[in-house]
Amino acid sequence: VSAAASRHEDPHAPRLLAGLRADRAIPLREHVARLGPLRRVDLIEELEQSGLRGRGGAGFPTAQKLRSVAGRRGRSIVVVNGTEAEPVSGKDKLLLRHAPHLVLDGAVAAATALGGREVIVAVGDRALPERAAVERAVAERDDGRITLRVAGVPPSFVAGEETALVSHLNGRSPKPTFKPPLPFERGVRGAPTLVQNAETLAHVGLIARFGAEWFRAVGTPDEPGTVLLTVSGAVRRPGVYEVELGVPLVDLVSEAGGVTEQPQAFLLGGYFGSWVVAGRAERLVLSAAGLKEVGASLGAGAIVVLPSSACGVAESARVARYLAGESAGQCGPCVHGLEAVAGALEQLAAGGRKQVRLQLVRFLEQVRGRGACRHPDGTARFVSSALTAFAGEAELHLRGRCSGHGPHVLPVPAR
Amino acid sequence: MKSLRVNPIACEGHGLCAELLPERITLDDWGYPIVDPEPVSGDLESHARRAVAACPTLALLLGTAAAARPAAAAGRPVHARGRVERANEA
Repeated sequence: VSAAASRHEDPHAPRLLAGLRADRAIPLREHVARLGPLRRVDLIEELEQSGLRGRGGAGFPTAQKLRSVAGRRGRSIVVVNGTEAEPVSGKDKLLLRHAPHLVLDGAVAAATALGGREVIVAVGDRALPERAAVERAVAERDDGRITLRVAGVPPSFVAGEETALVSHLNGRSPKPTFKPPLPFERGVRGAPTLVQNAETLAHVGLIARFGAEWFRAVGTPDEPGTVLLTVSGAVRRPGVYEVELGVPLVDLVSEAGGVTEQPQAFLLGGYFGSWVVAGRAERLVLSAAGLKEVGASLGAGAIVVLPSSACGVAESARVARYLAGESAGQCGPCVHGLEAVAGALEQLAAGGRKQVRLQLVRFLEQVRGRGACRHPDGTARFVSSALTAFAGEAELHLRGRCSGHGPHVLPVPAR
Repeated sequence: MKSLRVNPIACEGHGLCAELLPERITLDDWGYPIVDPEPVSGDLESHARRAVAACPTLALLLGTAAAARPAAAAGRPVHARGRVERANEA
């Protein structure tokens, strides 16, 4: 066992975040000294055994995604999805800034397994430090016949959806397209294309070295491994945390320094996720199976703790307005539906009439599954969960009152 | 078995489909079609074809139901012990 591998014998040691320092990206030499070189393995088989699922939000089995690309004719292309436009998520940007080689290793291992020679790292146009770190890392590496390049992506919320990303890389607007075809069928320049989230590829970079069994040593049998979670809101130390799948949410909160004031609800899964009231959330474990019982999921791993001083209705209305504005503007039910949803929630927050709530429920029922992508579904999920979690607060608003008195908690980027 | 689907990007909400095939297509609050994905067969299929042909933007599609990606295996909750690790940055 090499020195590098022996350091990975403790399965509970941090994986993706090991050796990270805030002031720099891990340089290539140090990266290789710590982890050893990439090994030649039957990557798809290893991924299959590992049980790794995508960490970008959809949770699709990674091996299956590679297999679908491998089954197509033509030289495939690997796209690293590092766009992470979700305002409350920072984990992919953190990896790109501080551990770019780990992400690139995963991409190169995938390209090698697929017989591809091209890796494109897609980074948000406004993510300047991330782009600089990745460009430096690319310049440091020699991946033989595989070439790597960095591509900037406009900072819209939907630009990271995989067909939108492919459309942008093909010189068209960064908007989702009708499916089929999916990128594995016809992607960048028509080639079979693997679009994979940055964190997912970082896990791939480790599985390619240490194997499926090592990966499965932590987490749950059904959801093995670790996951990066971005924690914000009413915690003492907001930031990105690596947790083993299946750990209690309360453990994560205490690791984040504990709460700064009494929490009233948790937003699980970011702006396409769900609000869960604190009493219920505090009993949950962090895994798809654990969150399913309250209708939530980890999504792309963003968790916000809403303090009691905030108004959940007003906070949700601001986010709903943001999400409505982030519609690609292509599908009628999304354009008009999300506008109607945001408008109704704003009216509710402003103490509108009782019928507004019924109207809002009616709008929500009409937007799910009605777009070319899941933007309307994600928005509807977020707003529906707000109506449930903040039902009491909504009642107060109907009577012209609001219990919120603190500053805004959820960030909404300016357009 | 064939079923109807709408391309929501191409659809401009003309609404002809809902007039020609009210058995399967209704309009939402904004005039866009809500399509029942149940397979169409027998008599209904010819009406469905007419609706497809009538769409001014060719947004209504009649085809074999696309093979869905295999659903994720249902997981049972397993409570594992574990550590959390924080990134060393602000």
